Amino acid sequence: MGKRTVIPFGPQHPVLPEPIHLDLVLEDETVIEAIPKIGYVHRGLEKLVDKKDFQQFPFVAERICGICSFMHGMGYCMSIESIMEVKIPERAEFLRVIWAELSRMHSHLLWMGLLADAFGFESLFMHSWRLREQILDIFEETTGGRVIFSVCEIGGVRKDISPDMLNKIVGILNSLEKEVKEIAEVFINDTTVKLRTKGVGVLSKQAASDLGAVGPMAKASGLDFDMRTQGYAAYEKLKFKPIIETAGDSYARTSVRIREVFQSIDLIKQAIALIPEGDIRVKVTGNPKGDYFTRIEQPRGEVVYYVKANGTKFLDRVRVRTPTFANIPALLETLKGCSLADVPILILTIDPCISCTER
Amino acid sequence: MSILSMSKTLFKSMLHGPYTVLYPIKKKENYERTRGKVENDISNCIFCGICEKRCPTGAIKVEKARSAWSIERLKCIQCSYCTEVCPKKCLSMGNQYTSPSFDKVRDEYVNARVPDHTENN
Repeated sequence: MGKRTVIPFGPQHPVLPEPIHLDLVLEDETVIEAIPKIGYVHRGLEKLVDKKDFQQFPFVAERICGICSFMHGMGYCMSIESIMEVKIPERAEFLRVIWAELSRMHSHLLWMGLLADAFGFESLFMHSWRLREQILDIFEETTGGRVIFSVCEIGGVRKDISPDMLNKIVGILNSLEKEVKEIAEVFINDTTVKLRTKGVGVLSKQAASDLGAVGPMAKASGLDFDMRTQGYAAYEKLKFKPIIETAGDSYARTSVRIREVFQSIDLIKQAIALIPEGDIRVKVTGNPKGDYFTRIEQPRGEVVYYVKANGTKFLDRVRVRTPTFANIPALLETLKGCSLADVPILILTIDPCISCTER
Repeated sequence: MSILSMSKTLFKSMLHGPYTVLYPIKKKENYERTRGKVENDISNCIFCGICEKRCPTGAIKVEKARSAWSIERLKCIQCSYCTEVCPKKCLSMGNQYTSPSFDKVRDEYVNARVPDHTENN
């Protein structure tokens, strides 16, 4: 046994978009153990249910995360709608799916850029983000916000998308698909990229299942685990199969996310073809009473929303279990035995969102 | 083996020119729906105070006695909730952003034509 060294990694580190601290126990260049520490960006958002009423809380829920903002609002609104037994119009459900899938695309493109940045491929990083910008423009044109949309509300959505705009979105997605294919080619086939990702940080199917991994982390290890198959919102009317890889390494996780971008493009096109005419919201009266668990699939994996309401306009409890929190044990498992130079790549392949984790 | 897979994209972007907008010289048009800042058509405002109660961040303040409506720009999160609940629809969301500021600006709108306005008495 060589001499052991402890290297602090983060919370400030060039590769980390958000603060997480890891104490890496090293033997020479090999990581023996990683001890995580979170708590740098805790904002106490769950506690805000005491001060904000249930109609105001979607705005708080959206601010839990900047990337999966829409899906946080959607998860919260779906919970309240289930408690109050509100049936939202079909058009609203389709609009929610369109925005949710666009969010997934922009999240994955952002992540692809960050990964490219982590292994030092600057131009790939810039080009991934250039493509993402087109999706942000769609968001701004349809909702008014680029990151925080504020369109999801209890009882439906606030804004409609006109048929012209829907056609425009299809046009943008068609051209985007070709451009993403070019970029994806680099992540999938380039030798230098493959050297950094292939065989790095293997997580077996059993370990992924035991450690409760979710999202692309679980899918890359061969677990068929996608909440969209439950058929919430309009997903039951759309045809898709969860994307599964079996290798369980960083390359498989990259591949799952890239294929999910194309899957999202397909889902949005299906939703636009099927979207019915009609209202986009129903009026919600009264206060919720009861509790409910909602599970939805975010870009990073499954998010669980637990809402408990007591019949007044202030809720008793909102609890959010975010995908990154669920993936941290799996991350620690992949870090064991890896080389110090691979640590940034491994941290990035879980697509960490620390603001989500700490809320 | 593929080592020059990025070259096609790079070559295309060299011919394409910049993808970004040269900001101060050329300004990007905001979309119609862009949530910039809340405006109040004060002559229609009845100072009911619903916007103040519903505002998630408490940025709006309504003083009925003075016929004044004010908003703290840095607190406002542009959620557009106030414009939706406004019974007279005098609140609207403009698509121009508030200009950057060094202080916590509170923009005040006062309706001087209301008969019980203190300045008129």
